[in-house]
Amino acid sequence: MTPLQGCLLVSALLFAIGLAGAVTRRNAILALVGIELMLNAANLNFIAFWRFGPHPEALTGLMVVIFSIAIAAAEAAVGLALVIAIYRHRKTINLDEIKDLRG
Amino acid sequence: MTCITQNLWLVPVLPLAASAVIAVNKQPQRKLAATLAIGSMVFAFLLSLGAFSVVLLHHGEEGVFREVAGFNWLQFGGQWLRLDWALDPLTAVMLVMVSLVSLLIFIFSVGYMAHDENFTRFFCFLSLFAGAMLGVVIANNLVLFFICWEIVGLTSYLLIGFWYHKPSAAAAAKKAFITTRIGDLGLLLGMVWLYAETGTLNFYAHGNGCLEHTALTTMAAHLTAAGMAVSTAIGLLIFLGAVGKSGQLPLHVWLPDAMEGPTPVSALIHAATMVAAGVFLVARVFPLMAQAPVIEGVVYLHSTTVLDVVTWIGALTAVFAASIAVAQNDIKRILAYSTVSQLGYMMLGLGVGGVAVGMFHLITHAFFKALLFLGSGSVIHGCHEEQDVRRMGGLRKVMPVTFATYAIGMLALAGFPLFFSGFWSKDEILHAAHGWPVSPGPFYLGCAGALLTAFYMTRQVALVFFGQYRGGVRQNAADAHSHKKDQPLSTESSQAGPPHESPAVMTGPLVVLAIFAVLLGFVGTPAWPWFDAFLNGERAELNFSRLTESGTLGLMLSSAVIVFAGLGLGWWLYGRRLRKTAEEPDVLQVAQPGAFRWLANKYFVDEIYAASVIRFNAGAARICDFLDHWIWGGVVLLITWVTMGLARLYRFMDEFMVDAGFDTGCETLREGGGEISAWHNGRVQNYLRVIGVALVVLVLFLTWWRKS
Repeated sequence: MTPLQGCLLVSALLFAIGLAGAVTRRNAILALVGIELMLNAANLNFIAFWRFGPHPEALTGLMVVIFSIAIAAAEAAVGLALVIAIYRHRKTINLDEIKDLRG
Repeated sequence: MTCITQNLWLVPVLPLAASAVIAVNKQPQRKLAATLAIGSMVFAFLLSLGAFSVVLLHHGEEGVFREVAGFNWLQFGGQWLRLDWALDPLTAVMLVMVSLVSLLIFIFSVGYMAHDENFTRFFCFLSLFAGAMLGVVIANNLVLFFICWEIVGLTSYLLIGFWYHKPSAAAAAKKAFITTRIGDLGLLLGMVWLYAETGTLNFYAHGNGCLEHTALTTMAAHLTAAGMAVSTAIGLLIFLGAVGKSGQLPLHVWLPDAMEGPTPVSALIHAATMVAAGVFLVARVFPLMAQAPVIEGVVYLHSTTVLDVVTWIGALTAVFAASIAVAQNDIKRILAYSTVSQLGYMMLGLGVGGVAVGMFHLITHAFFKALLFLGSGSVIHGCHEEQDVRRMGGLRKVMPVTFATYAIGMLALAGFPLFFSGFWSKDEILHAAHGWPVSPGPFYLGCAGALLTAFYMTRQVALVFFGQYRGGVRQNAADAHSHKKDQPLSTESSQAGPPHESPAVMTGPLVVLAIFAVLLGFVGTPAWPWFDAFLNGERAELNFSRLTESGTLGLMLSSAVIVFAGLGLGWWLYGRRLRKTAEEPDVLQVAQPGAFRWLANKYFVDEIYAASVIRFNAGAARICDFLDHWIWGGVVLLITWVTMGLARLYRFMDEFMVDAGFDTGCETLREGGGEISAWHNGRVQNYLRVIGVALVVLVLFLTWWRKS
């Protein structure tokens, strides 16, 4: 097993866990945590493909990941703010009860 | 530029404004209307006097005094359409004449129309007329001229048909409007052509106007298809407008009928001012008409085609109308034919002698003809709306002021020697006609006209003022229908009584006009041709020797002989044996029944027109009606039916084919949407779940596809 395969395996696992968390949890914050996990699985993939790719000296993957982490931070902040706003509005963060997007 | 020229627009605008105020006034207020109309005319008259005095001050300087002012009216393309007015001797003279005569007639109307219930409407129209007429006079631009000219025509129509409930008045109004419209079409065409040739409609514009040297020589050198100079063709078209407005020969028929209007209107519009507008138009565009055409390099100097036409039409009209006047019995109709005849004289004067000769007669005629018409109005008023001269008589004693002034007007019109204006102005025309190099014909026609004029005026005065009163016997109903009551609404018309003199508000203007009818002659005698010199920008010198020059003296003597012959003949036939009853036939009718019938029926011109133009028109109208009703109407009906059939078909297809398919589609969509919407339950995690499952399925599929 090459290091790349190892990394990909870890990131796939991380993604699966994140997806499972985001889909199954009823708590909005925990769903958010799952989403964060999936994001980081993607980041791990970037790093792996860069590090074991044909041009590891170009720092491209690293740059993208740093960007991605910055965006993830912003996204987490927005997500948490939304959760707080929803909570203020409806006194709950149970995702089953927040279904205004129903068509 | 003098201040008066800048503000000359006020002269027409004041009466127009007065007319507008009278028109918008909700309650008809008689006093207000009369005050406004007369007040505005007073101001217009004072302004005109100011303008006249300015021209007078500058008189004697180099050339003709002329100032123009104006404003840009509207833009089309790269050019501005200007409305300009001018102040020159011609304008100044006309301004004073029109505003003075209008003022006097306005005052007279207050008395004459006192009993009419539409008093304010009358003054509204009169003011509108006066404003437009003054506009015609000051115009330095054919557009402004034409606008005012048409307003004048409109007011003429409105005022002839003032008593529109009387069918004859309504018909006369229509006749006047349509007949003058034929002439106006010519004027409009001439205007358009003139614009096409010269690119301007301003008469004078410091060398760029269409009546100035540059434009005229261009037009004279330019030939139309028929080998006629463009200036000639345009001149003839413009003259057609003058023919219509001034009642010259082929289009004279409307003017006598126009006497259906109230008498002040006949005096103001159809004798003194409006009908003279045609003559004024010819005088205004005289440089164009007198422009000698250059045909194949040869300049024809003696006379031009246009002026020949003007001369002949004028001369023929003068005799033609005068002869009809001999056999008429309606007091106003006699004067109307006399007006037509005198307008012919003016045209003749313009044709043979130039602007000054024709204009002098215009001015003198305006005063004495207004006097005669107002006098006849006074007579009609005094005789309880009787217009038939056979039913008058002996009024000399009961209406002394009217008689005296009327006699002055009559002598002026007949051209009684030395003391009356008509003599001098008519003599000048005859003198010019005598010297006309083209043909002696107009001179003889003019002399014949002068004889007839003296004759019919003597007949009229003898019948109206001498002998015994023959009115008050029209009780027999069979006869009553032949009389046109001038003022059916008047309370007086129903009363029969002895004739009476008119009030001072009516006789006052008569006296003023009579004074002018005498005095005006002395500004244009051969010894002191001031009027001539004034219009031409020269100095007039008093020179009695010119009176005794062989040609002048001989002509004056012969025209005096002609006048005396006419007066004597008239008196011999009508004054010697005075008519006793209204029913006995005319002296001429006994002597020459055939000729009298021709004259009394106006040479059957109306009948000829009725049989030719009007019948043709009616026939054409009937054909058009037939085509409209059956051919075009049928086509329209067919198209209607076809359209309706098609519409039914479309409706069927819509309802049973398009709509059906559409409805089915919609139903399916709706049901499908309902099923799918169940999936859309708003739980975001559910969506994520679906995405996750789909992802797994996708990955599996891709893996499997790669392998196989």
